[in-house]
Amino acid sequence: MPKISFAEFDSAHAAPVAEICLAHGNKPDHLLEILHDVQGKLGHVPQEVLPIIAKALNLSRAEVHGVVTFYHDYHQHPTGKHVIKICRAEACQSAGGFAVIAALEKATGTKLGETSADGRFTLEAVYCLGLCPMGPAALIDGKPVAAIKPKKVDALVKELA
Amino acid sequence: MQKVHIPRDMLAKALGADDVAAAIADEAKARKINIQIIRNSSRGLAWLEPFVEVESPKGRLGYGGVKVADVKALFDANFLSGGEHKLATGLVEDIPFLKKQERLTFARAGITDPVSLADYLAHGGFAGLKKALAMSGAEIVKEVTESGLRGRGGAGFPTGIKWKTVHDAKAAQKYVCCNADEGDSGTFADRMVMEGDPFMLIEGMTIAGLAAGATKGYIYCRSEYPFAIDTLNEAIAIATAAGWLGENIQHTDKSFSLEVRRGAGAYICGEETAMLESIEGKRGMVRAKPPIPALEGLFGQPTIINNVLSFCAVPFILAKGAKAYADYGMGRSRGTMPFQLGGNLNQGGIVEKAFGITLRELVEDFGGGPYMGKPLRAVQVGGPLGAYLSADELDIKMDYETLAAAGAMLGHGGIVVFDASVDMSAQARFAMEFCAVESCGKCTPCRIGSTRGVEVIDKIVKGENREANAILLEDLCVTMTDGSLCAMGGLTPMPVMSAFRKFPEDFGLPKQKKLAAE
Repeated sequence: MPKISFAEFDSAHAAPVAEICLAHGNKPDHLLEILHDVQGKLGHVPQEVLPIIAKALNLSRAEVHGVVTFYHDYHQHPTGKHVIKICRAEACQSAGGFAVIAALEKATGTKLGETSADGRFTLEAVYCLGLCPMGPAALIDGKPVAAIKPKKVDALVKELA
Repeated sequence: MQKVHIPRDMLAKALGADDVAAAIADEAKARKINIQIIRNSSRGLAWLEPFVEVESPKGRLGYGGVKVADVKALFDANFLSGGEHKLATGLVEDIPFLKKQERLTFARAGITDPVSLADYLAHGGFAGLKKALAMSGAEIVKEVTESGLRGRGGAGFPTGIKWKTVHDAKAAQKYVCCNADEGDSGTFADRMVMEGDPFMLIEGMTIAGLAAGATKGYIYCRSEYPFAIDTLNEAIAIATAAGWLGENIQHTDKSFSLEVRRGAGAYICGEETAMLESIEGKRGMVRAKPPIPALEGLFGQPTIINNVLSFCAVPFILAKGAKAYADYGMGRSRGTMPFQLGGNLNQGGIVEKAFGITLRELVEDFGGGPYMGKPLRAVQVGGPLGAYLSADELDIKMDYETLAAAGAMLGHGGIVVFDASVDMSAQARFAMEFCAVESCGKCTPCRIGSTRGVEVIDKIVKGENREANAILLEDLCVTMTDGSLCAMGGLTPMPVMSAFRKFPEDFGLPKQKKLAAE
């Protein structure tokens, strides 16, 4: 594989991001996986890494930008210390999911799709985690939680802080 | 040494299985009892999770809904020898919910360790692949065609015909893709199979590869199932090391390799052409058909695309023969379907039965009706794009044709129950809102229609020109159904119109005595 120079990028992320791309063979069809890995390392996908990825994969910057903005998983800005993904889909709705979402918004002081002002919590909607018989369900920092009751939300959030 | 089985399934984890397993290990150590904890797959009896099982001469004995706080009392009750306790369920195989099922795909659920190749082989695993390795591609296709298997992802397309198309296509490279992104709300059988019996999916896909002459496969799995992704990767590595995947499978001249690709939270990628785009590293934009993916699919090559449950039906068909599978079912719906009971039910979980079971049997006999005592009001069948059925439609038989004739669809077999507290105008609005969030934006009826749909429903509910807007909503839904490029926009009207027509009182319209004819 020919060596690609990333010297033109004045970014601390250039080396680690180029390394991730190389681990995926600089293959353009690995773009989603690469973005997952970049987000895993940096916490989000900052604008400054897009041209680096584009060069490594021989894509245009617009193509990379298009993919980053299409998929809900990729954060373009830093998230809160704790990321709470709460299910908004029908099965959880039928088990009182919206009441849990309201309680979560109150307990974390943020709205769905936003990060709290103190940077502690990011609240995100997901559409089904496959825990449908025991909703409402959430992924809290990657840990699944099911059968959440609105009155238990305060305790759940306090546990994180 | 007494063996203790505790599921490693995501739902069991979400209800505390990891902590319970740790507590049982600690307590056993403190009491100087030698036990072996096996993190097996889940039985799919969701309301009993975390479901702890111990072995006895008569079979496995269960303890359901175990919490860390129960562990000491369980040891005091001598649960390791099946002692009496308020959480005891008795013999697991005798639990009516399980006993009444016809489990083919879920035959190993709750019994085996998901990543133990020895367990898989001891329970009939790879018997189908062994037969397939000695067959020609055309023979495999014939067997699958004769089984009557139809795609379990929604459209119900005959799997054998799809495979034949790819088999007959001439190309240097063909692919097999598993659509593990059909994570419709209310469906979780895919997740449970991938976490609980990953070798079965590997086996089914490998057989598909042999049938079509494809040497490379991808499993595109939604990122909302992180444990499924980890388990699949682990199982692929184990299967490859043991010669069940890769070059020269079991010392034959056949080769097939598999790779897992993570989705990134876009529902539209459950649409097969959007999924192909996504595997290629692009935005999940729907492709126009034709060309069909069987001829021009992944990277422009002939591609078999099936969902998880379709591939998982295949090992049984090859091992036991097409007829054994086709003997289950009714009409043109052959075999079994793992129905998934979710939402407001006392007993949710997996119910695998032959086609033809009624919705009432599923939600009342198996599901035990809504919890908290309120009566059942609506059931959504087939995921977020499926129709809402009312309480007086429960005697409908669950098969592709009967549901289609009733303006509904089987979809992925997800069944979500709502009790009397549901506001059906909110459910209709949500369907439009969901479509607006998840639309890929390529075609206008879906991209703009969904947003207009939310607005029109809001106006109807508010009482703004109610009659005129009701006509407008019907009109908009016809446009979306007929004019959308794929099922996202094309089927969103199904939940919307079924809610609107069957529950007009929730929209401020007069209650209908009888359903208007289509």
